[in-house]
Amino acid sequence: MSDNPFPVDKAGLLEAYRMMKTIREFEERLHIDFAKGDIPGFVHLYAGEEAVATGIMMHLNDRDRIASTHRGHGHCISKGVDVHGMMAEIYGKETGSCLGRGGSMHIADLSKGMMGANGILGAGAPLICGAGLAAKFRGDGGVGITFFGDGAANQGMVLESMNLAAVWNLPVIFVCENNGYAEATSRDYGTAVKSYVDRGAGFGIPGVHADGTDFFAVYEVVGELIKRAREGGGPALLECEVIRFFGHFEGDAQTYKAKGENEYNRANRDCLKIFRAKVTEAGVISDAELDAIDGEVAELIEDSVASAKAAPLPSPKDLMSNVYVSY
Amino acid sequence: MARKLSYKMAVNEALDLEMTRDPTVILMGEDIVGGAGSPGEDDAWGGVLGVTKGLFAKHGARVMDTPLSESAYIGAAIGAAACGMRPVAELMFIDFIGCCFDEIFNQAAKFRYMFGGKAETPVVIRAMIGAGYRAAAQHSQMLTPIVTHIPGLKVVCPSNAYDVKGLLIQSIRDNDPVIFCEHKNLYAHEVDVPLESYAIPFGEAAIPREGRDATIVTYGLMVHRSLEAAEKLAREGVDVEVIDLRTLSPMDWDTVIESVEKTGRLIAVDEAHPRCSIASDITAFVAQHAFRALKSAPQMVTAPHSPVPFSPTLEDIYIPSAETIAGAVKKTIIQKMVAA
Amino acid sequence: MTDERIKPLVMPKWGLSMAEGKVTGWLKKPGSAIKVGDELLEVETDKITNVVEAGEAGVLRRILGEPDTVYPIKALIGVLADSDVPDAEIDAFVAGYVMPAAEEGSEEDAAAQYEFAETPAGTLRYAKRGTGPEQIVLVHGFGGDLDNWLFNIDALAEHATVYALDLPGHGQSIKSLADASLSGMSKALAGFLDKLGVSAAHLVGHSMGGAICLRTAIDRPDLVKSLTLISSAGLGDEINIDYIESFAAASSRRELKPALEQLFEDPNLVSRQLIDDLLKYKRLDGVTEALKALAKNMFPGGKQSSVLADEAAGTKRPVTVIWGASDKIIPASHTAALPAGWRAEVIDGAGHMVQMEKAAAVNALIRQGVGV
Repeated sequence: MSDNPFPVDKAGLLEAYRMMKTIREFEERLHIDFAKGDIPGFVHLYAGEEAVATGIMMHLNDRDRIASTHRGHGHCISKGVDVHGMMAEIYGKETGSCLGRGGSMHIADLSKGMMGANGILGAGAPLICGAGLAAKFRGDGGVGITFFGDGAANQGMVLESMNLAAVWNLPVIFVCENNGYAEATSRDYGTAVKSYVDRGAGFGIPGVHADGTDFFAVYEVVGELIKRAREGGGPALLECEVIRFFGHFEGDAQTYKAKGENEYNRANRDCLKIFRAKVTEAGVISDAELDAIDGEVAELIEDSVASAKAAPLPSPKDLMSNVYVSY
Repeated sequence: MARKLSYKMAVNEALDLEMTRDPTVILMGEDIVGGAGSPGEDDAWGGVLGVTKGLFAKHGARVMDTPLSESAYIGAAIGAAACGMRPVAELMFIDFIGCCFDEIFNQAAKFRYMFGGKAETPVVIRAMIGAGYRAAAQHSQMLTPIVTHIPGLKVVCPSNAYDVKGLLIQSIRDNDPVIFCEHKNLYAHEVDVPLESYAIPFGEAAIPREGRDATIVTYGLMVHRSLEAAEKLAREGVDVEVIDLRTLSPMDWDTVIESVEKTGRLIAVDEAHPRCSIASDITAFVAQHAFRALKSAPQMVTAPHSPVPFSPTLEDIYIPSAETIAGAVKKTIIQKMVAA
Repeated sequence: MTDERIKPLVMPKWGLSMAEGKVTGWLKKPGSAIKVGDELLEVETDKITNVVEAGEAGVLRRILGEPDTVYPIKALIGVLADSDVPDAEIDAFVAGYVMPAAEEGSEEDAAAQYEFAETPAGTLRYAKRGTGPEQIVLVHGFGGDLDNWLFNIDALAEHATVYALDLPGHGQSIKSLADASLSGMSKALAGFLDKLGVSAAHLVGHSMGGAICLRTAIDRPDLVKSLTLISSAGLGDEINIDYIESFAAASSRRELKPALEQLFEDPNLVSRQLIDDLLKYKRLDGVTEALKALAKNMFPGGKQSSVLADEAAGTKRPVTVIWGASDKIIPASHTAALPAGWRAEVIDGAGHMVQMEKAAAVNALIRQGVGV
């Protein structure tokens, strides 16, 4: 094993890989089980975008808040939300993170700083301004990160939030996960400008680009933005170009994609493969070590599915509980 | 001890007391400081009608002007509430709710339930409601039914300064999102208000007038119109009970039903439009739960199913009057005579 | 009209904010012979319904107040006169009756008739009435305030200088209690009297206020000329702790009403306005904590912590003990074992709030105890 050329120590690299692999395994498994009809409702899978969530979340702790999207499983896992609770939630079980009341699109764990996946595109942006404001009043150095896709980047509330964060100088990072498709509509059809990064200038905040398939690119760029925000430097906009391996939602035939697009991306732009190649070629981590993690993650996911399937459903008598605090 | 205080200054006093008591209480809104960053006075306005005047001088950075950007700052208030603060956001006119309704009904209202009871969103959104200010169709609406419809929101609509202070303090201390509706035509109205802090629990209607012959159920400005109608009817020998709901969500159904069971007649008075209104809600509930007590068909007195007109001649007839209310009460009594 | 044989019956003024009252019904017929203390008619105010008792004797010659009709205070509602007074004179009296100008009796002025004293225990509200040489101090009970003396203060003020205060934690006085013990409350009362320069007074205490007066007589005999103890604590160990706890805990009308109904022989006396006024007080920040602290110290384990009769007897002050026969809070049986020389009167037809339910009788006993 040679010297570590990366900005993360070996333990951190193993943690990052485990995070990315857990997300991938979680999503691949949902893809299969959803097709079997085991899962109610609908799910939006994050597979292919793992390097973004992981590259960012490696900088955060529980005092930092994130506001996620409808495609939120990856954000949840990397922010530390319990995988068993998440799987049970997606199965609509009483043991779920939200007692089965939220489902895939509304997994949250405030104790971990995870303010919720969100079924409304762009809705996390105003919320994260509030998280940033709270951190500022507390003076605890906490930051807020909100995610949105290239589609939601055109929502008024996202743009208004960038302005608010700028005028209040909030410790907030706006992260655009640009996977090229707003649902089924291409990014180029729905957005007139070439780069989302340019929008930062419109609000007087830095706009930065990162290759979202490269954990290290994301990690380094966002690290600077987070450090700046923690020190009172204010908000920033980060655009990460990513690949969405699956459709908008499960069951999406993806006929709007080019022939062979998914196959090409899986072969050449898979963030997990890219990560593995970099760390093994540098001689910092061996394939065997990563394979061992793969095995542990597979067991974790298998166990989470088994326990989710076995878990009790919510009781009908609890239909009305938790609407309000006291009545 | 108590002294006369206006509805408007009761809002100011409640905010001041709670900010003094609890450092997590922060205020935000458009021009609630009113002059931030400008060359003249910092708190030139203290709110568009001066409701928050003086709070910036006292509490400094915890009172924040916002950009004209309801979606962003109402959402930020909700996000801050989910992160341990107790923000009071002023949505100047409730008519502006269209710009930030997602934050209110899809986010704040649903967090507790959707996240399995593990999230608290103690945010208060203050907004002016009601017609009569010559403010036309987009600054005069009574959108209480729209917010009352949403599970997870609490909706408060006080009729007097005593209730304003106690209910606003309760709203701030409450761990659920509260839409606090202030009737702009009551801002100058004064009653005795204690100097001390006090909280009025939600879901308890007041009965400003007891009576035997008919029950008027109402809230906000219409409480005063209804009391006026009741005085007028008392001179004609009709003894009317007036119920001031105070909070629309939760609703004090017990008090409504008990009163109708006593009087046998219901007149639901609401400044909102008639369809899917508080008035129709009350009427339906009473019909379902106290049908046998009713001696005559319940009456609804509401604004018409039209936008609020600008021209004073039209606006004055748009808002239900004491005469209209008294007429509706008489209708419930005449029906009885015909039936007998 | 100076004919002293003709005595007008007017709408009474009960408490400072009363501006009018509704005659709900007469209990005597025209022509009846009336003795002092007879119940003449019922009057309903926005706060309470009560019986108007005769303050003077005579024949009820005219009934002018119509049932279900509202009259301003001091409006003529009846006439008492001896049977030998000719009808014509009575008719002339009625025709010529001029309602005395209201002493600016509106609510705004009512507030000004209260005063506030800065005492060692904090700011205390009080009312002062009358100008007589003897000084009477009225001390309310647990959860009460000076309005508990609604039917007593003005009647007594015709014969003495009367003070009624809100104890710390009560009414419109300071809500925080520096010392929530009986001796702490007694010190607060003594501090109030010292502040007002009341050097020797007749203390009249109701319920917990009675125990405070007892404690004060023991600790500061210089301040006390006599004691009148009404449904008083401190004379035995029984207390209806369910009432104390439910009153302290009640946060809504529905919770408070059944508690308050235990205070009266006639539960119908508990009006919506009475409940609303008490809720306004109970909802003030600090009140619930103050009441709970008092209850914990005064009534630990559901018993009265201080039985003071024997100790107080040592002070040799004259003591009158008054009880409502059907008191459901502190039993009238506590009158059974009083020290020798103490006068005890148990009044039928009244509960714990005997000074409200049988005001005329209680006022007469207070006057006898004070000697005015």
